[in-house]
Amino acid sequence: MNKVELGKQKKQIKKRRRLIFRTIIIMLLFAALIFAVVSNLSADEAAVDVGDEAPDFQLKHLNGSGEQTVRLSDFEGKGVMLNFWATYCEPCEREMPYMESLYSQYQDRGVEIVAVSVDATELVVHNFVEDYNLTFPVLHDKNSQVLDAYGIKPLPTSFFIDENGVVVERVLGELTLEKLEGYLQQIEPS
Amino acid sequence: MRSFKCDACGYENKEGTTICKKCGKPHDQAENSQLLNMRYDGTSIRSKTRNRSIIDKIWNFFSSVKVGVTLIAIALVASAIGTIYPQEMYIPQTVSPEAHYREQYGLMGQIYYQFGFHQLYGSWWYMVLIALIGMSIFIVSIDRGVPLYKALKYQNPKRHPNFLKRQKLFASYADYTKEDKKQLLSNLRKYRYKIIEKDGHFLAEKGRFSRWGPYVNHCGLIIFLIGTLLRFVPFMYIDDFVWVREGETKVIPSTEQTYYIENEEFIFETYGDDEEDQKFAEILAQQNAPIAKHFETSATIYRDISDDITGSEPELEEVKSGNIIVNQPLKINRLALYQDSYQLNEFQSMSFKLHESGDDAEESIVQFTVDLTNPSREYTFDNGFRIKLDQYYPDYELDDGEPRSKTNYPRNPGFVFFVYPPETEQPEISFLAIGHNIDPTQENDYKLGLTGFDVRDVSGLKIRKDLTLPILGVGAFIFMIGLIQGMYWQHRRIWLHPTDNKLWMAGHTNKNWFGLNKEIEKIIKHTNFTMPQDQEEKQHE
Amino acid sequence: MTSLTDWSSSFLYASFIIYLIATVLFAATIKDKKREKQFTKLHVLALSTTIIGFISQLGYFVTRWIASGHIPVSNMFEFVTFFGMMLVLAFIILYAIYRIELLGLFALPIALLVIAYASMYPSELSPLVPSLKSHWLYIHVTTVALGEAILAVSFVAGIIYLIRQVDQSKSSAKTRWLEFIMYSLFATLAFIVVTTLFSALDYSVTFEHQPNDEVINLEYHLPPIFGPAGGEQVTENRMGALFDTPTWMHGAEAPRKWNTLVWSLLVGLIFYWIVRLILRKRVAASIQPFVNKANPELLDEVCYRSVAIGFPVFSLGGLIFASIWAQEAWNRYWGWDPKEVWALITFFFYAIFLHLRLSRGWHGEKSAWLAVVGFAIIMFNLIVVNLVLAGLHSYA
Repeated sequence: MNKVELGKQKKQIKKRRRLIFRTIIIMLLFAALIFAVVSNLSADEAAVDVGDEAPDFQLKHLNGSGEQTVRLSDFEGKGVMLNFWATYCEPCEREMPYMESLYSQYQDRGVEIVAVSVDATELVVHNFVEDYNLTFPVLHDKNSQVLDAYGIKPLPTSFFIDENGVVVERVLGELTLEKLEGYLQQIEPS
Repeated sequence: MRSFKCDACGYENKEGTTICKKCGKPHDQAENSQLLNMRYDGTSIRSKTRNRSIIDKIWNFFSSVKVGVTLIAIALVASAIGTIYPQEMYIPQTVSPEAHYREQYGLMGQIYYQFGFHQLYGSWWYMVLIALIGMSIFIVSIDRGVPLYKALKYQNPKRHPNFLKRQKLFASYADYTKEDKKQLLSNLRKYRYKIIEKDGHFLAEKGRFSRWGPYVNHCGLIIFLIGTLLRFVPFMYIDDFVWVREGETKVIPSTEQTYYIENEEFIFETYGDDEEDQKFAEILAQQNAPIAKHFETSATIYRDISDDITGSEPELEEVKSGNIIVNQPLKINRLALYQDSYQLNEFQSMSFKLHESGDDAEESIVQFTVDLTNPSREYTFDNGFRIKLDQYYPDYELDDGEPRSKTNYPRNPGFVFFVYPPETEQPEISFLAIGHNIDPTQENDYKLGLTGFDVRDVSGLKIRKDLTLPILGVGAFIFMIGLIQGMYWQHRRIWLHPTDNKLWMAGHTNKNWFGLNKEIEKIIKHTNFTMPQDQEEKQHE
Repeated sequence: MTSLTDWSSSFLYASFIIYLIATVLFAATIKDKKREKQFTKLHVLALSTTIIGFISQLGYFVTRWIASGHIPVSNMFEFVTFFGMMLVLAFIILYAIYRIELLGLFALPIALLVIAYASMYPSELSPLVPSLKSHWLYIHVTTVALGEAILAVSFVAGIIYLIRQVDQSKSSAKTRWLEFIMYSLFATLAFIVVTTLFSALDYSVTFEHQPNDEVINLEYHLPPIFGPAGGEQVTENRMGALFDTPTWMHGAEAPRKWNTLVWSLLVGLIFYWIVRLILRKRVAASIQPFVNKANPELLDEVCYRSVAIGFPVFSLGGLIFASIWAQEAWNRYWGWDPKEVWALITFFFYAIFLHLRLSRGWHGEKSAWLAVVGFAIIMFNLIVVNLVLAGLHSYA
């Protein structure tokens, strides 16, 4: 090989290297760009989302007999609808009768309804439970611990958890009777 | 890549080079009388070479200063648009944004909302814009910085005559002695020029590092932008908020229920209480409301040391106790608690007395106090009276004639009391709220009256963790270093070129020519050399 | 304490007068054609007068600081005055380097306008709200003001350059823009004159209007050309409003601000035309002969140099110190508050200025126009953002 050819070859290698270098840099920059945009769009992701295992908790049972507590894990093997609500929240108030009307029917089919109240005082919850004759367990999250663990923002928020403790559906806001029934069917243990 | 051979020295230069890398002969097409363009020292800018692949095209797009400046200009205009009306985060939370912009700003407001300008700075396209500027900064720095570095690193003191002749400062001296030249060189050294020599040709140089300033500050900007990106990584960043009432202990959100905070006391001071505030009397008299002077929360932070499951009573161990003041957050681990807002005088308890309806003196029969955070259902008394709290509305309002509570907090409490006089099972019903004392039957023998209340303050605390701050700090620091390096120093070069019987001198600086002139004046002191001519000025004349 | 406050305002008055004298002295140095390029006694006198004025204003600053117990940069009056003081300081620095008397002839009147403008705002001592109680108030505000003042010198150099270089022999877009800049200065002067005049007359008329849900009393201190839409005049024996303020202007005080703006613009126009009729040519054209001795290249360099010096100072104060403080006070280093955004816009703008100059060779006239626009942005941030787009930084 003469000098000219050697030089040409050298240049070829240099050019290849440069192309690879540029490709890597540009790919990295575009990856960062995509990361930024995607993270920005999914910025308000929930603490507990569909597909996650529902964190266990234990709270005071307000409409049970005596000083009882209820654990989520007590319902292992059952489907659970976990509803976060408060007495001052109007949409929560509207969906309560639907939950009550479907409760006994679905309880027999292995689905439990648990309502966690985030009210500050027990008295108002008791009044509410009496007014609506609620028979499913109503729990009181006095210290907002469970609220925090589930990352609840709007009220009501309902989680539909299957018999394995995995969240199947997360609903922000009010439910209609039809929708509620649909979700309850989804978590019926097979 | 095409290259060309310098016709003076035979050096093989890269395409796009305007000044031969080895001998400095200008290879631009301009006439010899024109001043030489010394930008990037005439090196070939990588992107200016021919582009074949798509990668090269993208590269070249971003490495253009024109594109960079255009992107900054677009960002400038977009940012300005975002300030026409307040952004969504600064409008009242009570109404829907759409309604707010329509009602407050009319048609323009509606258009503003429709275009999404109400959350412009969080929009995807604004983010892409900033990211594109970041990419441009990154690529342009590599594209220009590397060749410039190489060109300045391997400088040949022996330059082509045309290179010198076409500098802004140029002089040709015939009458000079060896002593003059010696003195000149020693003066140059005195002014801290670094001198290199080749075959009697000299290059005196100083402040070369200032040429790296732009690349250093761009590097700082890139680190800063990476820092802002890392905010999206969940564990790096927490932003939460909690209201804590005096005497209350609450879980600190976003800490996985490990930390709790107790608000021991909220202190609130306004101007005008103190003797010292007299000097502000004029201003204070003009204000309708008192001006806040100081507020702080004295707080204790606890840790839950029980391994019990969420929701069970926590076992608290004190971690830290201190005051949270505006501008002085309380820090635990990497978490910081900031004093953000407050609500004064929320009701804590209310006291009532019972008297006979017809009794003008309102002589008390029984007295009791209702704890508004944990009210009892029944109040029994030794004289046989029994009062039952049937309904309690912490934040009472009438909604379609139905009483209900607006929120969780006792801001405007309302009560329905059942009063059972001794040995009766039939209660008298009374409704009480601020400004209301209603007897629905109009036949009550007994009447309840409010005798007093206790209030407490509520402190609003922001919870922040931001592990990106150190990265941002480093980025900003490097940026400032680069900026100062590039702006407050300059790269000065003086060439000395012996010809047959003359000595040529040329000077160049990347900025602050005035300063270079002054310095050369000092450098030629005690020599026979005269001031070089400013060739640009000469041309003007 | 009151005596300290009195001292403080006397110092400020004194410095105003001294700056005025210094301006005349600088004008005299330029008239002094015989001794060109020499540093005569007259130069020394002009410079030392300026420095005495600065020291006097420093006296105002220190006494006011002692009187109020906090650094006097916490409201519109104090901040704008401080900006004027920093402008003089920036001028002294650049004069020391470049020895261009013309710079003084233009920079000092602008500083005077700025200080006079400041005095149109309420000057009572005002208390600090808790979020301002931080050492960062001192650090952040002073660096920002200094940075902006140095950048303002680039405007001064730029405007002299333009007056010197723009061809006045025929009317063009350039001459019209230059006249517009001149007019803006007249309008500022008009604002000061009109406000001072009517406040000396103790003029006041009150309107009752309902901008939102509440009925508000709005007091005008200038005769109402524009009254609030649907407003009712409360004060008797005063001329009523001629027009209604357009309803798309929002905010309780918008009608008054709009009225003041209209007054300033109208009277500014009258001033401008009076001057123009007396001179019988364009204002910039009549200044041109005074500046044609100046070296345009040197002016260009001063213009660039002050950006080079001012830009890092501004970035440090307006963005970096600002972020550190915001992180401490409001727990976020950046919040997209209008004032913050406009600081970023200023930063973007001067970044563009530098890139165009360094990489694309925008020298001379182009660069001078950019310096003018940069100053307009700074003034926009100082005045319009505070008065119209008010956010967290709103002072008055």
